[in-house]
Amino acid sequence: MQAIDRKLLRDFKRLWIQALAIALVLACGVAILLTSVGMYTALSETRTAYYERNRFADVFAVARRAPLSLLSEIAQIDGVLGVEARISGEAILDIPGRTRTAVGHILSYPETADPVLNVPLLVSGRFPDPLSTDEIVVNAPFAQANGFVEGDSFSANLRGQKRELTIVGTVLSPEFIYTIGPGAMMPDNAVFGIIWMPERAAAAAYDMTGAFNDVSLSLAAGMQTAPAIDALDTLLEPFGGLGAYDRSTHQSDAFLDAEIDQLKGMAAILPPIFFGISAFLVSMVMGRIIALERSEIGLLKAIGYSNTEICLHFLMLAGLIAVVGVGVGWIAGTILARDTAAQYAEFFNFPFVIFRVSYWVYAAAGLVGLFTTSLGAAQAALKAAKLAPAIAMQPPAPPRFKRSFIDVAMARMRLAQSTVMILRSLLRWPLRSFLTSLGLALAVASVIAATFINDALDEIVDLAFYQTNRQDVMVLFAQDVPEAAVENVRHLPGVLQTEGQQAHAAILRHGHRTKRTAVESRRPGNDLSRVLDADGRRIDVPPGGIVLSYRLAAHLDVQAGDSIEVEFLSGRRETFALRVVDLVELRFGLGAYMDFESMNAMFRQAPRVSIVNVTLDDTRIEALHAAIKDTPEISGLVEMNENRQSFQDTVEQNIVVMNTIYIGIAVLITVGVSYNAARIQLSERARELASLRILGFGRGEVSYILIGEMMLIALIAQPFGWLIGAWIAQLMSTSFTSDLYSIPLVLRPATFTTASLVVLCAAFVSVMIVRRRLDRLDLVSVMKTRE
Amino acid sequence: MSDVIFRTQGITKVYDTGEVKVFALAGVDLELYKGELAVLLGPSGSGKSTLLNILGGLDHATDGRVWFDDIELTDLPDRGLTKYRRDHVGFVFQFYNLVPSLTARENVQLVTDVAPNPMPAEEALNLVGLGKRMDHFPSEMSGGEQQRVAIARAIAKRPQILLCDEPTGALDSTTGVQVLEVLRDINERFGTTTVVITHNAEIQRMAHRVIFFQDGKISEVRENETRLAPSEIVW
Repeated sequence: MQAIDRKLLRDFKRLWIQALAIALVLACGVAILLTSVGMYTALSETRTAYYERNRFADVFAVARRAPLSLLSEIAQIDGVLGVEARISGEAILDIPGRTRTAVGHILSYPETADPVLNVPLLVSGRFPDPLSTDEIVVNAPFAQANGFVEGDSFSANLRGQKRELTIVGTVLSPEFIYTIGPGAMMPDNAVFGIIWMPERAAAAAYDMTGAFNDVSLSLAAGMQTAPAIDALDTLLEPFGGLGAYDRSTHQSDAFLDAEIDQLKGMAAILPPIFFGISAFLVSMVMGRIIALERSEIGLLKAIGYSNTEICLHFLMLAGLIAVVGVGVGWIAGTILARDTAAQYAEFFNFPFVIFRVSYWVYAAAGLVGLFTTSLGAAQAALKAAKLAPAIAMQPPAPPRFKRSFIDVAMARMRLAQSTVMILRSLLRWPLRSFLTSLGLALAVASVIAATFINDALDEIVDLAFYQTNRQDVMVLFAQDVPEAAVENVRHLPGVLQTEGQQAHAAILRHGHRTKRTAVESRRPGNDLSRVLDADGRRIDVPPGGIVLSYRLAAHLDVQAGDSIEVEFLSGRRETFALRVVDLVELRFGLGAYMDFESMNAMFRQAPRVSIVNVTLDDTRIEALHAAIKDTPEISGLVEMNENRQSFQDTVEQNIVVMNTIYIGIAVLITVGVSYNAARIQLSERARELASLRILGFGRGEVSYILIGEMMLIALIAQPFGWLIGAWIAQLMSTSFTSDLYSIPLVLRPATFTTASLVVLCAAFVSVMIVRRRLDRLDLVSVMKTRE
Repeated sequence: MSDVIFRTQGITKVYDTGEVKVFALAGVDLELYKGELAVLLGPSGSGKSTLLNILGGLDHATDGRVWFDDIELTDLPDRGLTKYRRDHVGFVFQFYNLVPSLTARENVQLVTDVAPNPMPAEEALNLVGLGKRMDHFPSEMSGGEQQRVAIARAIAKRPQILLCDEPTGALDSTTGVQVLEVLRDINERFGTTTVVITHNAEIQRMAHRVIFFQDGKISEVRENETRLAPSEIVW
């Protein structure tokens, strides 16, 4: 090893705390990059493999009742490779030991051969005997949530027939990676299950012998779905087709897509911040090292080392920091990515996980890390190379301070000399002060970006459960029923107040933009499930108009006053032009609302309802469940409290983890920035501070200069941090918003206070650690050292 | 003349600070001979160090010309000057300029790593009497020892010229004498042209020639009829 390389290693050893602080910030960037890219590839590759192995369909459709003979025509549609026809229906389940009802989504399982598409994967037990009437398999999460094992039974209300069903096996299906019950807002596996029963039994239960009401298609590779959807719609129309759709509208797949997009967003937003900060830290520290090693640089040049060799020497120091950072990042990223991928696999009930972060991702993360630190060191290294040897050997000229209006102002204010020293130093190196401040501002921003989600969720819960949906229970009907049913529900046990509501699937069009959603209507003055304007006042949609949520309006590119086409997918499948009268904020789903009478008029029917919203005497909820189990028309009961609880449970866990990570990151950035900044300040000012001590200043007074400057920079950073934090929060709220839900941008003073407190405390602790060196300063030796 | 190693022709060096122009060298014509030990004497700011820097290829003259043997240094680009320093010149500075993170041996190796025909670092350290202190760090050595390491580092490349800027400036007289002895020893043993800058007038008595500086110019050149051994010099 050459002597100059040994010098490099010893310099690195001497600077190890500073180097480590930088390396850890860099490691964060590398780890997050690896984690998000690793998770992204794991999730999408696992999904692709799962879909391929279990032949997840490309196009889906539901009809009222179509003859099996139609299947040959469907198979003729251009590009169709496979057709799977099934019978599907909803059933109220009476689970032993559970007073509350659950809802089952029943699917037929073919009698003679294995399913062509959407093949369920057997997890335990066996598939049902095709001839049996009571054997079923259920989705594994539902079995797990209810503690079912093979041989367990529960009763189900299948269109008025009470049947005892016996579980013979559990399965996973690519179609139901993410399951959400009718009327529910979040998945709750205990109260919503998927049930496969033999075709013959399902046909008997739903009166579908020789017919089907659910069909899936697979298409040849590279085929567009739109023509197949149109063709399928045409074929199914006479049989009550409810409009075919592709994977992009498939609930389970759309949810997965939203998750994958979030990971993509994370990979794009966060790592650049860390790489930027580490580049800045490297540049700050290298700048100081070169100032300190001025005479050594001169000496190396005098001896005959070339500019390139000297430039490389300092770049290699930055390179060592990068090597440590990238190494730590690789290890942490690999562990983190593997763990989170496993967590996701569990959350989504993937039967397997393909976890493979390709080498190029490691290489790219490493190269980016190396590149950013080199970039940070470049200026300092070039400066070292350019330093003329004769000048380098002389002590540097004292920094130039000039009197400016600020000095006049400081003089007027009669500030203490130590305060003047702090302020002058800030102004003398404005770029450095600015960048240090920016580093701390990013730390503040990172806390805000994490904690604003808490408030956002509070607002989501408040809006969804306390303002908009104020019913205790939603009673769902299998099919629309005459409005008189509202009165019938009113007589069920415990029911205090009832209001009917109607909903129809529809395709909304504006220009070339279309969106499939449900259009709801309720009578004016209804108060349990409400549509609210921006001020929280109830809106009764005027006849002939339609109210859309902001997100739906953005999809369709419409504003209040525009007209849209609404094609209903039920009834006569008629299309109407409706004027958008208002836009409303909605957190879950894409809402579209109409006047009740207008909707009935459009359907040319006497008033009908599909949902009854109910307020309850809480003590009688069990009696209500018991009564509903025996009411054939009712397909389900959604308890809003449970809905809210499952939402809060699901998100809370993620949020605690996320908050911890982000706050950890903020502390790391703060320590990295403030420790390095304070060390550099101490090194630059050692003589100055020692002189003050010799002149009779106390330790506290001298510490004030060191701590004061750092904390002043930290204070200046706060408003910038708030601004950047608000901006990142907005970015996150936009990028996390999907068809399923939206995250509002809620910024409360407490969020800013917390962020500032975290960063100011971390900065203070870091600078206090450096201050301890001030106590150990050997006054005599510092003064003797040649500048 | 074959035994001239350095020749300068009317060199000037002007430091332009924007407001005032400072003439560090105001036209210096000088010849230095192979194997001689020359002492440059003069008050602070008289231009000695500036001349040394230009001779050593650390700096360019503002005007005039400089030759080293057949090489003209005047307009040599940076790369050429680096090679010149690497191949031919050894420097000794007042404040030793050792790299604190390297041991004595490693400090010398800094040079032997890049020079074309160096002596082993150990040999160089033995020459300055530090054979037993090779693995000590600068902070573990006295000023005299540190300066001797600096000399070992300068001679390890077997330079044709040794340029010493106030080599005893930071040392007491006893240690200073030891350092001067090493310098004379090297000069005699290897025939290395040695230029010593000092403003300690006593040191002139060990030189072959003494060149006096005043206000950026050579005011006088004196040849010593009899030279004293460093041990006979006292200050």
